[in-house]
Amino acid sequence: MFFGLVTAVGLSVIGLAVAIVVIIVYGSRYSFQAFGFSFLWGTVWSPTTDVFGVVFAVVGTLVTSAIALLIAVPLALGSAIYLTTHAPPWLRGPAGTAVELLAAVPSVIYGLWGIYVVHPYMATTIEPGLKEYLGFTGLFDGTPIGLDVLTASVVLAIMIIPTICAISRDTLAAVPQAQKEAALSLGATDWETTRVAMIPYARSGIVGGIILGLGRALGETMAVTMLIGNVDRIPTSLLSGGQTIASLIATELLSNSGPLQESAILEAGLILLVIALTVNVIARLLVWRVLKGGGGGIVE
Amino acid sequence: MRKFDRYVRRKLLSHIIAVLTGLCVIAVLYPLVSIVYESFVLGGGVLFQAQFLTTQAPNGCSVIACKTVGIGPAVQGTLIVVGLAAGISVPVGVLAAIFASEYRVRGLGRAVSFTADVLTGVPSIIMGAFIYGYFVIYDPQIALSFYTGALALSAIMIPIVVRTTEEALRVVPNSVREAAMALGISKWKATLRIVLVASLPGVATGVLLAVMRAAGEAAPLLFTLGYSTLWFTSLSHPGANLPILIYTFALSEYSNQVKVAWGATLFLLILILVVNVVSRLMIHRMRVRMGGL
Repeated sequence: MFFGLVTAVGLSVIGLAVAIVVIIVYGSRYSFQAFGFSFLWGTVWSPTTDVFGVVFAVVGTLVTSAIALLIAVPLALGSAIYLTTHAPPWLRGPAGTAVELLAAVPSVIYGLWGIYVVHPYMATTIEPGLKEYLGFTGLFDGTPIGLDVLTASVVLAIMIIPTICAISRDTLAAVPQAQKEAALSLGATDWETTRVAMIPYARSGIVGGIILGLGRALGETMAVTMLIGNVDRIPTSLLSGGQTIASLIATELLSNSGPLQESAILEAGLILLVIALTVNVIARLLVWRVLKGGGGGIVE
Repeated sequence: MRKFDRYVRRKLLSHIIAVLTGLCVIAVLYPLVSIVYESFVLGGGVLFQAQFLTTQAPNGCSVIACKTVGIGPAVQGTLIVVGLAAGISVPVGVLAAIFASEYRVRGLGRAVSFTADVLTGVPSIIMGAFIYGYFVIYDPQIALSFYTGALALSAIMIPIVVRTTEEALRVVPNSVREAAMALGISKWKATLRIVLVASLPGVATGVLLAVMRAAGEAAPLLFTLGYSTLWFTSLSHPGANLPILIYTFALSEYSNQVKVAWGATLFLLILILVVNVVSRLMIHRMRVRMGGL
C-alpha cells in the first residue's frame, strides 16, 4: 500500500511537468488560431488593434541574456579558479558561502537595489562614458536614462554569477589530486596546472554551469521587469528600453485587455518554456555526467 | 640565461593570474556587500522601529516627516501562503524522493528525479502563468487568492524538495537498510522510521531552502496571490505579500513607501542569512553523524 502511495506521488511529479505544458499550450490556442506561426516573427504588439507578434520580446530576452553571459562568465570562472587554486585555505569556506548567499537573494531585492544603486550609476557615469568612447558603433545610441537593456543585463549578470561560479568551483574541485600533482611534478606553475590539467578535465561541468546560468537569465523576471523600461518594441540600441518574455508576462498578463492578449501572452510564455527547457536539459545532462548525479552544489 | 628568463616569465604569469582571479572574487562579492549595506542604511531605520512588523503599509506620502508604518499584513500573508505551499510540497516532495531513491522501479525512479531536476529550471513566472491559466478558465472566482498563490509556490518548491531529499537519502549508507531488512522489518517501516529519520537533517535543510526560495518569490504571485495591503480575511481573497510589496513600493513616488520597501528588504535579507547559517549547521551535523556509522 505504501508502495502504491509512493509510486502515485512519484509519478505525479512527471504529471506536474506534463500539466504545465498542456495548460500553457491550451491557454495559447486563441493566439495560435489568430496568428499561426506569424506570431513568432510579427513585430507589432498592439493591444488596441488586437495584433500580436512576439519578436520584440524574444529579441529582448536573447540580447539581455547574451550580454549578461558576456559579463558573468569571465568573472565567475575567474572567481572559481581563484577559490580552487590560489585562495588561502581560510578564505575558501567564507568566500564560497558568500557566493552561495548571493544566489539566495530574491530577484525583487536585486531589482530594488538595481533601481536605487545601479541605475543612477549607469545613467550618470557608465552610459555617458560608453556613449563617448564607443558611440561610433551605434550600440549606444539614444539618451542614457539608466532604465534600459544595458542596465537590466548588468544586474542579470550579477544574478547568474553565483550559479556559474558555484558549479565551476565544484567541478574544478572534483579534479583528482593525482591529475594536478602530475602537472606540478612536471614543473608546471599554478596557472599552467589549472590550464592544462584542471580546466580540460572539468570542461563539460563548466559548460553545463554556464548553460544553467543562461537558463536562469532567460527566465529571470522581477529584477529585469523593474530595470528594462518595459517598452513593447525591438530595442534599437543598448540604451533603449525593451521587454523580455518574462517581463512581458509580468507586466501584461493581468492588464485585462481581452482574451486574445491574454492568450498571446501565454503563447509567449510557451516560447519561453520551450527555450528554458531545452537549455536546462542540455545543462543537466552535462553537469550530471561530471558530478555523477549531483545537483551541482546549488539548488535554485 | 634565456632559460631563466622563461621561467621567470611563466612564474610571473601565474602570479598575475592569481591577482586577476582574486580581483574577480572581489568584483563578484561587491554586490552582496552593497545590497546588505544599502538595506541597512535605507531600511534599518524603519525596520527597527516599534510596530514595523505589526502595522499596515502606509498610503503614499512624500513629506519628509510623514509617518512611515509597517509591513504587518505582508508578513502575515507571506507566512500563510508559504505555510500552505509547504503543507502541499513537503509531503509530495518527500514521498516522490522516496520513490526515486528507495524503490528502484526500472527507469521510473530516474525519470522522476530527472523531471524534478528539469523542473527546477522552469522559470518561476511560468509556474504562475500555468496556475493562472488553469484557474482563469475553470475557477475564475479564486484565480486571485491564497489557494492559487500556494499552488504556484508549491509547483516551485516540489522539485527542490524532491532533489534535496533524494540527496539526503542517498547519504544514508546501505548497511543501515540491510540491517533493517535483516531484522525482518517491512520495507515501508524501514524507509519511514529508519532511513528517513537518519536523513532528517538533510531533508530539513532542503525544506528550509525551498521555503526561503518561496518566501522571496514575487513573479509567480503577481497573478495568483494578487496584491493587497490589508490584513488576512479569507483564503479565497487576494492577499498581501512581502516580495510583492517590495516590487510595488520600489517604484513608488512617495518617499515613505520606498522606505518601507527597504525595511521589508532588510527583513527578508536577515531571514535568509539566518536560515542559511542554520541549514549549514544542520548539514554539518548530518555529516558528523553519518561519519560515525
